[in-house]
Amino acid sequence: MALLEVKNLEVRFPLRQGELTALNDVSFTLNQGERLGIVGESGAGKSVAAFTILKLIGKPGYIAAGEVRFEGRDLARCSDREMQQIRGNRISMIFQDPMMTLNPVLTIGEQMVECLHAHQKIGAREAREIAVEKLRQVHIPSPEARLQQYPHELSGGMRQRVVIAIALLTHPAVIIADEPTTALDVTIQAEIMELLLELCEQENLALILITHDLGVVAQTTQRTIVMYAGHIVEEGPTSEIINNARHPYTQGLINALPERTRPGQRLNQIPGVMPPLTSIPSGCAFHPRCEHVLPICRSELPDYSVADGNRVACHYVAQRETTT
Amino acid sequence: MNRYWRLFLASDFLYRFHRDRVALVSFSLLLILVAVSFSAPLIAPFDPYDPSQIDIMDSETPPLWLEAGDQRFPLGTDAQGRDMLSTILYGTRISLTIGLFAVLLQSVLGITLGLIAGYLGGRIDAFLMRLADIQLSFSTLMVAIVVLALFQAAFGTELYNDLAIFMLIMVIGIAEWPQYARTVRASVLAEKKKEYVDAARVIGLGKRRIMFRHVLPNTLSPILVISTVQVANAIMSEAALSFLGLGMPVNKPSLGSLINSGFEFILSGSWWITAFPALVLVVLVLVTNLLGDWLRDVLNPKLYKE
Repeated sequence: MALLEVKNLEVRFPLRQGELTALNDVSFTLNQGERLGIVGESGAGKSVAAFTILKLIGKPGYIAAGEVRFEGRDLARCSDREMQQIRGNRISMIFQDPMMTLNPVLTIGEQMVECLHAHQKIGAREAREIAVEKLRQVHIPSPEARLQQYPHELSGGMRQRVVIAIALLTHPAVIIADEPTTALDVTIQAEIMELLLELCEQENLALILITHDLGVVAQTTQRTIVMYAGHIVEEGPTSEIINNARHPYTQGLINALPERTRPGQRLNQIPGVMPPLTSIPSGCAFHPRCEHVLPICRSELPDYSVADGNRVACHYVAQRETTT
Repeated sequence: MNRYWRLFLASDFLYRFHRDRVALVSFSLLLILVAVSFSAPLIAPFDPYDPSQIDIMDSETPPLWLEAGDQRFPLGTDAQGRDMLSTILYGTRISLTIGLFAVLLQSVLGITLGLIAGYLGGRIDAFLMRLADIQLSFSTLMVAIVVLALFQAAFGTELYNDLAIFMLIMVIGIAEWPQYARTVRASVLAEKKKEYVDAARVIGLGKRRIMFRHVLPNTLSPILVISTVQVANAIMSEAALSFLGLGMPVNKPSLGSLINSGFEFILSGSWWITAFPALVLVVLVLVTNLLGDWLRDVLNPKLYKE
C-alpha cells in the first residue's frame, strides 16, 4: 500500500482578479522508501503541492477538492491540532535557503531540542543526546560544540546539514525537500544530495524532491513528476522521463539543458513563458507554446494515456500512439 | 554563563559603546543617578519622610554657597524646611520607580497585544489596532488627568495619597501601550514572512510557541530602543502630572511635585526649590533619550557603522 496518496487534489486562491487554480487535479502516490522528484518551471505549483500535503498553504488558498491520504488519514480533513502532530514528526520538510530557515536568535541546540519536545515527552538531556546523534549522522564534526552555536557561526553547507538533521530528529516517514540545494554552491550541492540519498537509504525514508534541476532529479530519484501550470503533465520512472520523454513540454525541458547543446550553439528553449495562473489557457495549458498543437488541444484538457508505468496528459501523444 | 559574558565582552556593541563619548557620559550619569537615588536611605543626610527631622524654622534656607547658607543643607531647604538634597534623592527614586514600572507594564501589555495582532492578523489585528488608534487619539496626559481626578474625587485624597505610586504606574502604563503594540506589530509583520517561521510551523510547533519563542526575540532591537525613550516619556508624564497636583503628594514628593512645590516661591527669591529638582529631571530625561538615540543607531543594521 502506498505511504502517501494524493488524489485529485485541487487548490484554489481567491484573489481580487478572480479565483486562481494553483493545483488542478493532481494525483500521485509515494511508497515507503521511494524517492520522487517533482520538476517544473517557477510557478508550476511544485511548492504549493508540498505545502498542501502539510496543510500549510498560505492564505487565502484552500483545498477545493481531493484528498491526501497518509497512514490511513486524510490530511486534507485533519484539524490544525492533528496536523501539528504530523508536521515535523511523520512528515518533515527542508527548505531552499538554510540561511533563512534557522532562527537567527536561537542556538542550534535550542532549535533541535524544541522540535523534539514538540513531539515527544523526553527529558532535556535525552533530547540533547538525540540531537548530537543526528548531527553526527549528517556528518557534522564535533556535534557537541555545535549545539552551543548560533546559525550565523556555521557555513551554508553546514547549516543545510543542520536543517536536515532537524528534519530527521523524529524519524519521519517522508521528507519533502523543496529545492534543498538551490542556495548552495555547486560542490556543496553534490555533498548535500549525496547525504540526502545516504540518509534515505539508511532510514528507509521516502523523499519528495522538488527542484527545477533535472540533473539532480536524474541522480537521486526513482520516479519523476513533471508539472505545468498546476497540473501534472507527465509522470514516470526517472530514467524513462529523462531518456524517452513523451510530453512535448518534458521534451522541451530536457532539450533546454545546456548539456544538450554544443559549445557555441544557441541554447534550446521552449518559446514563450508559462501563463500566469490567473489566466490559464483553455484545454491543455501548454498549447500556446506547443509545437505539435492540435485543434482539440485548445478546447479539451487531455486525459492521461498510460504506457509502461508512464502516464502523460497530451492529445498529440495519445493520437500518435494510437495510430502507430 | 561565562561563555555569554565573554561573548558580550567581545561584542561589537560593547566596542562601539566604548568609542562613543556621548553614550559613555550618558550611561555613567544615568548609572550615578540610579545608584545614588536608590541608595537614598543610606546616603541622604535627612529623611524627608520623617516629620521629626524637619524643622519649619529652617525653611527656605538658600544653598550652601549663598549668603545665609547653612552647612547642614548643601542645596538649601524647601518651604517646609526639608533638606533639598535629601528630598531630591528620594524624589528621583520615586520618579525612576514610576518610570520603570510604568514602562514594564506598557511593554508587557503592548508586546503581547502587538505580537498577537501582527502574527494572527485578520480581524483580531484590525480590532486591536483600531483600539490602539482610538487610545492614541486621547493624549496620555488627558487620560491620566481624567482618571486621577476622578479617583481623587471618588475615594478621597487620603486614599489617593497612599496609592499614588501605584495609580501613576497603572495610568501611565495603560495609556501608552499602543506605542509598543505598534512597534512590535510592525516588526512582527516583517518577521513572520521569513522562512524560519515557516520552518517552525513545518516542525509542528504551535502558534503561541512560534510567537513568543521564535518571532519575539527577533523583534527585540526596536523594543529595546522604544523602551529607553518610553522610560524618559513616563518620567516626564509623571512629572507633568505631579506638577499639576495630580501625581505624588507633597509628603512623598517626586521630582515633579518638588518642582511644583517650589514654583510659588520662585519669584519671591527661593529659586532653588524649583531649580534643582528641575535640573535633575532634565538631566535624567536627556541622558535617557541620548542613550535611546545611541541604541537606535547601534541596533539599526541599515546605518553604516564606522
